[in-house]
Amino acid sequence: MPNPLLEVNGLKKYFDIRGGVFGRKVGDVKAVDDISFTVMEGEILGIVGESGCGKSTAGKAILRLIEPTAGTVRFEDKDLTELNAEEMRKLRHNMQIIFQDPYASLNPRHTVEKIISEPLKVHGMTSAAERKKRVQELLETVGLSAYQASRYPHQFSGGQRQRIGIARALANNPKLIICDEPVSALDVSVQSQILNLMEELRDKFQLTYVFIAHDLSVVKHISDRVGVMYLGRMVELTTKEKLYEEPKHPYTQALLSAVPEPDPDVVKERVILQGDVPSPENPPAGCAFHTRCPMAMDICKELRPQFEEIEDNHFVACHLYGDAQ
Amino acid sequence: MSDQETVLEMNDLHTHFFTDSGEIPAVDGVSLRVNKGEVVGIVGESGCGKSVASLSIMQLVPSPPGRIVDGDIQFKGENLATATEKRMRKIRGNEISMIFQEPMTSLDPLFTIGNQMEEAIRIHQKISKKEARTKAADMLKQVGIPRAEAILDEHPHQLSGGMRQRVMIAMAMSCDPELLIADEPTTALDVTIQAQILDLMRKLNKENDTAILLITHDLGVVAEICDRVVVMYAGQVVEEGTAREILKDPKHPYSQGLIRSLPKLREREQKLYSIPGTVPKPKMGRVGCRFADRCPFAFDRCYEETPSLIQLNNQRTSRCFLYDKEAQEDAESPVGS
Ligand SMILES: Nc1ncnc2c1ncn2[C@@H]1O[C@H](COP(=O)(O)OP(=O)(O)OP(=O)(O)O)[C@@H](O)[C@H]1O
Ligand SMILES: Nc1ncnc2c1ncn2[C@@H]1O[C@H](COP(=O)(O)OP(=O)(O)OP(=O)(O)O)[C@@H](O)[C@H]1O
Ligand code: SF4
Ligand code: SF4
Ligand SMILES: [Mg+2]
Ligand SMILES: [Mg+2]
Repeated sequence: MPNPLLEVNGLKKYFDIRGGVFGRKVGDVKAVDDISFTVMEGEILGIVGESGCGKSTAGKAILRLIEPTAGTVRFEDKDLTELNAEEMRKLRHNMQIIFQDPYASLNPRHTVEKIISEPLKVHGMTSAAERKKRVQELLETVGLSAYQASRYPHQFSGGQRQRIGIARALANNPKLIICDEPVSALDVSVQSQILNLMEELRDKFQLTYVFIAHDLSVVKHISDRVGVMYLGRMVELTTKEKLYEEPKHPYTQALLSAVPEPDPDVVKERVILQGDVPSPENPPAGCAFHTRCPMAMDICKELRPQFEEIEDNHFVACHLYGDAQ
Repeated sequence: MSDQETVLEMNDLHTHFFTDSGEIPAVDGVSLRVNKGEVVGIVGESGCGKSVASLSIMQLVPSPPGRIVDGDIQFKGENLATATEKRMRKIRGNEISMIFQEPMTSLDPLFTIGNQMEEAIRIHQKISKKEARTKAADMLKQVGIPRAEAILDEHPHQLSGGMRQRVMIAMAMSCDPELLIADEPTTALDVTIQAQILDLMRKLNKENDTAILLITHDLGVVAEICDRVVVMYAGQVVEEGTAREILKDPKHPYSQGLIRSLPKLREREQKLYSIPGTVPKPKMGRVGCRFADRCPFAFDRCYEETPSLIQLNNQRTSRCFLYDKEAQEDAESPVGS
């Protein structure tokens, strides 16, 4: 039985909205509003949900790249939210992030060599020769060539740039990598190369990934378990088999039914959602999905459903399945 | 199908860019046809010339450095490749409307969404400002924009990228064009919103007989909405057929690779297929098949001669020597599909 590597509990991140002449706080965006989940060692946990539902914010808050508003994040035996800056810095090499945009996340004025060796230096590899060797090793690991180390990011294609981002993330042998839409900006043919690479690396280095994406077939391909977010909340979390074969939450059902499939023979019963997409500044009371949910009941407008394990390893936040029904 | 009325016919179009580093044949001899009431998809890897081909139809290729150097574009008996700017201004947004890949460039930052939509609607319909506003709000609601009335009074920068994209879609659809060109219209949107937009496009197509030329990376979208598909590679058409034929039984090795690379929602697979190598940079005077360096079936002839489009049946073409001899017989796919 593998051990939990990451335990997120009641994580919240609210951004202040300021307005008026004095820039006073006039409200907040509940970008992440109380989410909890556990990731096992060596596991790939996928997170999906529509644009703006808080996936990236959750990823950053877990690593404390932005400070969480509330909640705890346990990594191995430490609660990250209790560490001071120095302790956090020391742990950081164990936890990396790969960003969505392979163009924006690499400094255009630095060579690939510098980009990848920077984190090595920060974490105490003082010998320049040693760093050079490690950079070459990393480039080869991600399928690039050692001679490319002296080039600049703009001299690479999108897929190659994403490989550089991966090499940088791997530099200090991390245990956990948060992958924020690592293939969304890429062509299908390049996308499949990167997905294969990430799977190989996981097997080779026993990595653990939190894999954020909005493409449901990509997430299905790579993940062991999948969590679905809606408006800052986790609404369903289970193994990928269960999620894709018997989704429970009405939002997950709508999401899956809306995915266009490249097979003209698949006939789908499509759930077209009605109603406005609500704003996280002013989320609906009760179940945040009730304004669009085809199954909404009276209770849904008033009471926020608990995120509960309704079957073995199947968590859902919906009154259809709780005790309240 | 020659009995159908052709709306758009592109014949051997060449659009090149003249840059400091030489002449780039971004669109290198593309022919395609869109019939009335038909939805035709263009798919292909990033940089293969999809956007430049569609911008050429509207004469919107940035010039310099770009220029149509050869070929013609027939739209209802008129060659758009040589039409005057004055004439084009009449056609754009009226008979042909386009949804651009980058929506910010096509909305005016100085005017409210309402101003811009009302103006576009009133060019084509003799209705009052008030009626135009009602119609604009209605279109915004149809593309799933919340607070439609309030959004009409906002400026483009106050909207998210996905919302701007939907405003563009609403505008393009509201003027009831004969041909709608949509360049990656739903790429930036969520699947639930995407489903709404595709639904809307299908409705426009069915009810008004609007012809649609849809450019997309997403083969799922192709399966949803396209009748016919044109696959492009490195500035050329490499395969053409019905959506079903291309998705179920691709003939060209590039199309086969593209379809095999997709992660499937319904199947379990261990490792994804990926096409080795990368797309060649466009350059002049190339000999041989452009896909040869990445093709698992390449043989000597592929490097020595340049394949032309081979007719497989009345709707189906493939630019590949593998079909040269088989074209007369019943063509069979090189990979058991
Ligand atoms: N620094 C910030 N200040 C204020 N609001 C923010 C900030 N960062 C994010 N938000 C808001 O928080 C919400 C969640 O944003 P987030 O980037 O986490 O979404 P996401 O799920 O990653 O979306 P996408 O799929 O588009 O990347 C959004 O409403 C966003 O506008
Ligand atoms: N203004 C320009 N100057 C020089 N070359 C250009 C210019 N615009 C486009 N090109 C070149 O033309 C080719 C085709 O570009 P195009 O934008 O049509 O590709 P695309 O198929 O639409 O790709 P994507 O899927 O990424 O949108 C590319 O190789 C590109 O580099
Ligand atoms: S709690 Fe109610 S509104 Fe929310 S998803 Fe379940 S049924 Fe729908
Ligand atoms: S012509 Fe040759 S190289 Fe080109 S696709 Fe056909 S088999 Fe492959
Ligand atoms: Mg994000
Ligand atoms: Mg394009």
